[in-house]
Formats: sequence, C-alpha cells, structure tokens
Amino acid sequence: MSLQSTSLQTRDMPLGRDDLARLVARDIAPGSFVNLGIGQPTLVSNYLTEEQNITLHTENGMLGMGPEAKGDEIDEDLINAGKIPVTELPGASYFHHADSFAIMRGGHLDICVLGAFQVSATGDLANWHTGAPGAIPAVGGAMDLASGAKDVFVMMTLLTRDGASKLVEHCTYPLTGVGCVTRVYTDKAVFLTGPDGVIVRETFGCTLEELQELVPLPLQSAAAVGV
Amino acid sequence: MLNFIDTVGEAVAGIQDGSTVMIGGFGNAGQPFELIDALLDGGATDLTVVNNNAGQGDQGLALLIKEGRVRKMICSFPRQSDSWHFDAKYHAGEIELELVPQGNLAERIRAAGAGIGGFFTPTGYGTMLAEGKETRIIDGRGQVFETPIHADVALIKALKADGKGNLVYRKTARNFGPIMAAAAKHTIAQVSEIVPIGGLDPENIVTPGIYVNSIVKVA
Repeated sequence: MSLQSTSLQTRDMPLGRDDLARLVARDIAPGSFVNLGIGQPTLVSNYLTEEQNITLHTENGMLGMGPEAKGDEIDEDLINAGKIPVTELPGASYFHHADSFAIMRGGHLDICVLGAFQVSATGDLANWHTGAPGAIPAVGGAMDLASGAKDVFVMMTLLTRDGASKLVEHCTYPLTGVGCVTRVYTDKAVFLTGPDGVIVRETFGCTLEELQELVPLPLQSAAAVGV
Repeated sequence: MLNFIDTVGEAVAGIQDGSTVMIGGFGNAGQPFELIDALLDGGATDLTVVNNNAGQGDQGLALLIKEGRVRKMICSFPRQSDSWHFDAKYHAGEIELELVPQGNLAERIRAAGAGIGGFFTPTGYGTMLAEGKETRIIDGRGQVFETPIHADVALIKALKADGKGNLVYRKTARNFGPIMAAAAKHTIAQVSEIVPIGGLDPENIVTPGIYVNSIVKVA
C-alpha cells in the first residue's frame, strides 16, 4: 500500500457542511434519480444545477420534488419525508407508499445520500439506532433506502465529538444495512468503500498519513490503486 | 356495501374493542383527524394501531395513546420531537411496539390487500429487525421473509369520493390511503367533497370504490 498522498489532497482546509454538500452535488451524474436523507443530506439540493437535470424522490410518495416551500407556497398536503413543506416541479408525480418504496427497493433510484453514525470498511451502515438502553428505536425508511438505491453515499463528519473515527473496521452500533455504502463524504476526506477495502479519493486539510492516524483501518490511496 | 354516512361519530361507531385499526397519513398530510377524534370519543379500547408514526403533539393518534386506548403500535418511526405521549407509555411499559422498516410496513399492508401470504425483501437483512425471521439468499442477496398486516378497520382521508366510492387524493396526502383501503375488512374514508357517479374521470381514480365501505364528508 502506498501512502503517497500529496497528489490526493484537493483542499488545504477541512470542508464545512455546505462545501461538502456542494461536492456531493457535483458528483451526482446528470439525469440521476436521487433521494436525499433527512438532515445534512438535504443540503445537497441547494447545490444541484438545472443543467444536471436531477429528479428528487421523497419516500412519502413523490418524484420531482422542488425546494422547500415558503410563505404562500406552504401546503400541508405537500411535504417531504422530513415532514417539511416542499414544492412540486413541472413533471412531478405522486404515488402511494408501497409504490414509493417499490421505486426504492426495485433499484430504480440511482443514488441516495444518507447521514451515518458509523460506516464499516466493507460498507456496512449504522445510522438508525444507538442501541442505548431506554432509547426508543425508530427506523423510518433508512433500511429501505440503504438496501434499495444503486449507490449509497454517506455524508458525515469523520470524527465523533470525542475524536473517534466513524469509519470503522466493524460497526458497533446496530446495523441499518450490510455492505451497502459505496462512498463516504466527510469533512476530512472522501472514501470509496467496498469489498476491496477503503480507498481515499481525496483529502481536505490533511495528508493521507495524517488521515491514517485518525482512522483505525488500512487506507489505500486512489492514486496508488488507480481509481 | 357502500354507505354514505352523515357524521364521523356514526362512521366509527362499529369499531370494537380489541380491533386492529389502520390509520392513514404521513405527518399531517392525509391524516384523518376527524375520524380519529371520533374514535377517541367513541370509547373503543385495547386497539392495535397501524400508522407510520406513533402520534405527534396533543392531537389525533397521540391523544388515543395518551388515553390508554392503544395496546400495540405497529409503525416505522415512533420517536419524534413531539411524540411525548407515546414516549411516556413506552417507558412505562404500557404499550407494545412492533417496529417495521417503512417500506416493509407499506409492502406488508399492500400484501394483505392483495392476498399475498408474505414476501422476501432485502430490507433489514443482517439487522436486528430481521432477528428471528426466516431468511434466504435470492439472486445473490440476503432477503428476509415478511408477512402481511391485515386490519379490521382502516381510517383514511381522501380529497374526493364519487357515488361509487371511488377516491382521489391530493399530493403527498395519498401516502398510505390506497394500500390501507385494500388491506382492511372495513374502510372508512373521510373526504372533502362527494361528487355524483360519473363526476370523477375513470382514468384518474386512485382507489376503486370496491375497497371502500363508508364515506363521510368532513368540511
């Protein structure tokens, strides 16, 4: 494994939430059908361009979701999966819940972007339950999204508040899905995950060597493996 | 047999103690608040309720839970910032929870309405929500066996009904309405408008009237 990292680094600062959302938006192929999870992933919609012609899916039953509704646009019958009032774009469609999840489970969505507590080296995802005693479990559509979309992108900070890596050898939190995550976007680096281990595509404000100090599993450089 | 009923109270009067009741809606969209309030007033208890959530704030399903009328919730997302009535009952051990991934919840409801005895799905495979369930590798993927969810009664909200009980919905308020209508033995729909037979374009009907038993207009 090579740790020659200088060629990987694309920014000299860690990325903020909006910069990260901009990066994810840029990486979504034109014409894609995309589901953005609740929370940080929702920010991605702010940076999708008209030229990209992306169609957003919301699992409560709509394709062609537009931006958040403001003022007079607010309609209580038109909300997203986070129960936020949204708008419809020309060409939008509505469908019932079983059809909406068939779109997901049937592999028709190109990408979903989710938050995470932990991602494992082989792309296992933990994002729904801390497993803490007394915590009321609530899963929503997280497991369906994780197992349904062709590509699952995760957006998260690399480290917990305590400085522990959320990219781990094996998840210690209850799993949402097995081997489902293909890319992890963090403030410090973009990682590609899969059966062959973790490849670092680019780093932000750190070298690959410094990144390796933070992450307790072997990292490969995209430059070295030719990704 | 289709009945047009004058009041929500009469519409829910037949709901028995111990029934399984599906309640449509996702957030406030499509939630049949007036029918739920009537169920609250009607006194039926020991209910199993199927809904995506477990009540929000101090209205609708949350009040039914607060009053101790719900023995069991089958839902995907009970914990919300304002689900305090469910939270209290859950922590007191006074309500049972069957947590189901949202897509499995929808498909299990659909399966019941379609006469399907169960299905294998990749959703949840390898997670704690699949523990104790039958699994198979199908097309190279781990899949979990899930069974249908039937109900005695469905309470749903639609935009319009015609004289045959055909329903159309509005925007994302459609959500669980069509599949719950098919899955329950007796479906009660509250609508904003009732139009004569022929008043809805047959090409645009979302729920055919065969799935609907009672219709009540709510202003």
